[in-house]
Amino acid sequence: MNKLIYLDNAATTKLDADVFEVMKPYFIENFSNPSSVYDIAQHSKAAVEDAREQIANILGARTNEIYFTGGGSESDNWAIKGTAEAYKTKGNHIITSKLEHHAVLHTCQYLEKQGFEVTYLDVDADGKISLEELEAAIKPETILISIMFANNEIGTIQPIKEIGAIAKKHGVLFHTDAVQAFAHVPIDVQEMNIDMLSASGHKFNGPKGIGFMYIRKGVKIGSFIHGGAQERSRRAGTHNVPGIVGMAAAARLAADAMDERIKQECELRDYLIDRILTEIPYVRLNGHRTDRLPNNANFSFQFIEGESLLIMLDQRGICASSGSACTSGSLDPSHVLLAIGLPHEIAHGSLRLTLSHENTKEEMDYVVEQLKFIVDRLRSMSPLYEDFVKKNS
Amino acid sequence: MYSEKVMDHFTNPRNVGEIENASGVGTVGNAKCGDIMRIYLDIDEETKVIKDCKFKTFGCGAAVATSSMATELVMGKTIYEALEVTNKAVMEALDGLPPVKIHCSLLAEEAIHAALWDYAEKNGIVIDGLSKPKNDIHEGEEEEDEEY
Repeated sequence: MNKLIYLDNAATTKLDADVFEVMKPYFIENFSNPSSVYDIAQHSKAAVEDAREQIANILGARTNEIYFTGGGSESDNWAIKGTAEAYKTKGNHIITSKLEHHAVLHTCQYLEKQGFEVTYLDVDADGKISLEELEAAIKPETILISIMFANNEIGTIQPIKEIGAIAKKHGVLFHTDAVQAFAHVPIDVQEMNIDMLSASGHKFNGPKGIGFMYIRKGVKIGSFIHGGAQERSRRAGTHNVPGIVGMAAAARLAADAMDERIKQECELRDYLIDRILTEIPYVRLNGHRTDRLPNNANFSFQFIEGESLLIMLDQRGICASSGSACTSGSLDPSHVLLAIGLPHEIAHGSLRLTLSHENTKEEMDYVVEQLKFIVDRLRSMSPLYEDFVKKNS
Repeated sequence: MYSEKVMDHFTNPRNVGEIENASGVGTVGNAKCGDIMRIYLDIDEETKVIKDCKFKTFGCGAAVATSSMATELVMGKTIYEALEVTNKAVMEALDGLPPVKIHCSLLAEEAIHAALWDYAEKNGIVIDGLSKPKNDIHEGEEEEDEEY
């Protein structure tokens, strides 16, 4: 197989070619600033407002509840710091989980230094929080619950509707980082009682550098980027018109094709998981078996290290990622894999394969065959495997 | 990210394997940090020349490449000459390593030293300039791997 097999769609996705066509006119033909008064600017403004409406419709939100941002990290920062700032007279307590993305975790750690108290909920072996522990953690001072919709590494989907119900019952705001979930699985902010939601364009075949936040009407968070009066004076900065238009077009395409894509990706994912678990010894699947993103498969191969695995996959044209320390630039493996209770040496041997609707069964077959060879070879070089074989012979 | 030499030694590692009844074996690093290296030495009793050297490594691309290069550098040398093979020599021979991977070359140097120490202990000799390796895996070893 000579072509590249891209299995790192949780890192970023390819811009859809049709989406690119929709974006193109807003670079040169109509480059105008939507905040200007002349006629062509009205076209940009209409395009931005049309994009807002499309995204609102997908989420079951109102148009004026969608705010465009620079991406998922900005949305997460805004939701959490904005709530802390606006509701500090009500309380100083925030509840989140141990397997959030760093955009949430590091923001919470920053707020702890500012005097806020943060509860980091444990997760079970599949990566799910406990609803009982969540409810027990709520105090009169609690102002925010921030729990991710689906995890970026192991794909586990949280019981969002139940979390929303608990938050509503106790009068606490609920933010969810839906960067991996939006446009991949159905989300309804009304039904799920979500007060704030973060999303990012490049995770669903849209452009990079653009995201949005849904903020329920009545949530009083203020401006995070100060300046002009864009986004109802809540998020300053000239609109990224091609980005906004592209993100909305990509969201629309994904939403229209969602049922079909979910079916297709789940089939491929389960085929890949089944083959790897049955054909390669000493391997485990990380994350929940069924409550997981349709495109996510995450494994730990015992006795081998993730970076070596990635390099050998790359040499065979396969792009993937790992939670190994060597790929993170630190000595510790992924906090997500440690949070689900994996020992360090097992976390080091992790491999994340995230599919797209463009992948095929033939590609999965090729990946499994290559993996069998690579895992075998790395184990033949591994002193850990040597010790294991000697101990059991 | 890696030099061509590192990629070559990772892709086609030299001297991978075990030596039965080796003169000296050294294992350094720990699984917690993600790197373990084991070096086997076959040493001529008379001449003290390293006749054969093999390695096994659990770790990243740089860990494999530094182990491979270290075995090449000590092969055919006397045990005293082998002591002179520093992490710097291993790095230079590989045309450099990214800064975050320098510890891999230190580990390779320590693995050689650990194997020489094992040889010296087994034979009741003292090798000048060689001290007990501090990074030996058997000290403060982590609990056994969990099985599943």
